[in-house]
Amino acid sequence: MLYVKNLKKTYGNLTAVNDLSFDIRKGEIFGLLGPNGAGKTSTINMIIGLSRPTAGEIILDGIDVKKETKKAQALIGVVPDESNLYNEMDGFDNLCFSAALYGMRKEERERKARQLLSRFKLDTAGKRPFKAYSKGMRRKLTIAAALIHSPKVLVLDEPTTGIDVESSRQIREMIVGLKEQGTTTLFTTHYIEEAERICDRIAFMAEGQIVASGTVAELMESITHSHTVRFLINGKAEEMADVLQSRFDGVEVKSESENSLVMVSERRIPLFPVIEVFHENGIEVYEGREVRPSLEDVFVKLTGIESSVLKKEKEKGGGR
Amino acid sequence: MNSRIAFWNILKKDIRNYYLKPPNISWGIIFPLSWTLMQLIRSPGQNVLELLPGLISMSVLFGTTSMLAVTITFERSGRAFERLLLAPISLNTMVLAKIAGTVLFGIFNAFVPVIFASFFVDLSAVNWGLALAAVLMIAITSALLGLLIAVSAEQVFEAQTFSNFFRFPMLFLCGLFIPISKLPVFLRPVSYCLPLTYGNDILNGAFRGANNLSLALSFGALLAFLAGLFIICRYNISRKWIL
Repeated sequence: MLYVKNLKKTYGNLTAVNDLSFDIRKGEIFGLLGPNGAGKTSTINMIIGLSRPTAGEIILDGIDVKKETKKAQALIGVVPDESNLYNEMDGFDNLCFSAALYGMRKEERERKARQLLSRFKLDTAGKRPFKAYSKGMRRKLTIAAALIHSPKVLVLDEPTTGIDVESSRQIREMIVGLKEQGTTTLFTTHYIEEAERICDRIAFMAEGQIVASGTVAELMESITHSHTVRFLINGKAEEMADVLQSRFDGVEVKSESENSLVMVSERRIPLFPVIEVFHENGIEVYEGREVRPSLEDVFVKLTGIESSVLKKEKEKGGGR
Repeated sequence: MNSRIAFWNILKKDIRNYYLKPPNISWGIIFPLSWTLMQLIRSPGQNVLELLPGLISMSVLFGTTSMLAVTITFERSGRAFERLLLAPISLNTMVLAKIAGTVLFGIFNAFVPVIFASFFVDLSAVNWGLALAAVLMIAITSALLGLLIAVSAEQVFEAQTFSNFFRFPMLFLCGLFIPISKLPVFLRPVSYCLPLTYGNDILNGAFRGANNLSLALSFGALLAFLAGLFIICRYNISRKWIL
């Protein structure tokens, strides 16, 4: 659905996006993850036609975005990081106006506006001026405006940044719901857990480049070369570590506390034989599970950027 | 894609959101009215018909340049303008819709002094067709000047400052209240480089048959200014608004 190849954007001496390539399949949710200044918004602006690429190619549903920008824009719904609706107009009129920009006729735009207000639970706020909306309501109405012409591709820039938990949840549910209807979604975020939760694929961006991309599992696989299993038991962990070490080849066993030990191996570790050894030694096993790195660990390892940087941006509640 | 729907709705939105707001309506009435009154009191012996073209030209110039420059800069700073740039309509359609609202506001401004003057003087001899054509051309060229400012300004106060940079010299240089023949010789060529000179001359012709230039030359010059300004604005817009 969206094909980006060798995309580059420079502003004077500053290179915001450098030789960026990725593609998004139809109906996929694709997340661009990175800190402020990574080039996420610059990339999005080129895709939606608000900025001209210095070099490279963007093909959206077979349309060359650089050459036929307006044709491509008809297929895209855009939710910017800050609302771009009219403060002076009410919610309903804002939606109707957005629909008119896509050439929709009066009856159709009013019907669609009502439908979207209801879907986003904004029916009662429809006649209130936009400037009187809360931050969460503003974001929801901005998303509704982006969906008014039923776009094939939805582009969201930091859709849940700085809004309440309930609104964030509704927006995530909406994105997943749109996927089921076949809408392709590209969104930027610096909420690692959000990307992990809803994205089919993720690309980590840093300094204008994609440093890694793939499914969550693929990204984790890329930094995990060994398997770790942690057991929680009712005691004697140090003693059991020696027993297990002698019983299993190619496995390193370490006790972490009186009730916890870990087994590390190049190969996957089957749980049942280990549990049997515990059982033979009269030890109760409460839990045994493979320890995987978090997506945050992967991000830190691949980008070299401390997750605290992202956390700080998250706390600020904004940025690109 | 039906561009007409988009055009009409942008125009309607601008009229509702900006031009029909009480402060703008009152500004559109009070500003030309106070200037008309001031001129009438200042020059009691002067024929109202001599003053009227200058007052109309000034009202249109001030109404259109400030409104377009301010509304666009206001929308840009609040990011609502981005919505128009993201719409699948050509930049020309969008720009023409924005200009259309301002032109209508300018025409409204133009007729405030006319209505006021109608209480003092007989206007039955006025060539209204010519007057309307002149007002329209002044409004469009002034709106394009406003657009030129809007493209360069980032903030509303910048737009207002830039507008005054154009407008105040034009008050004196375009023969609105001081005939061009009475200006110092070195300034006269500057007068003929400004579109308002030609629009005001047509209005002088329409109100009292006292145009100095031929109508064909004035309309030709205004059309040339209009085309030139549109091309410059269009170029600047695509260079500055789509980075």
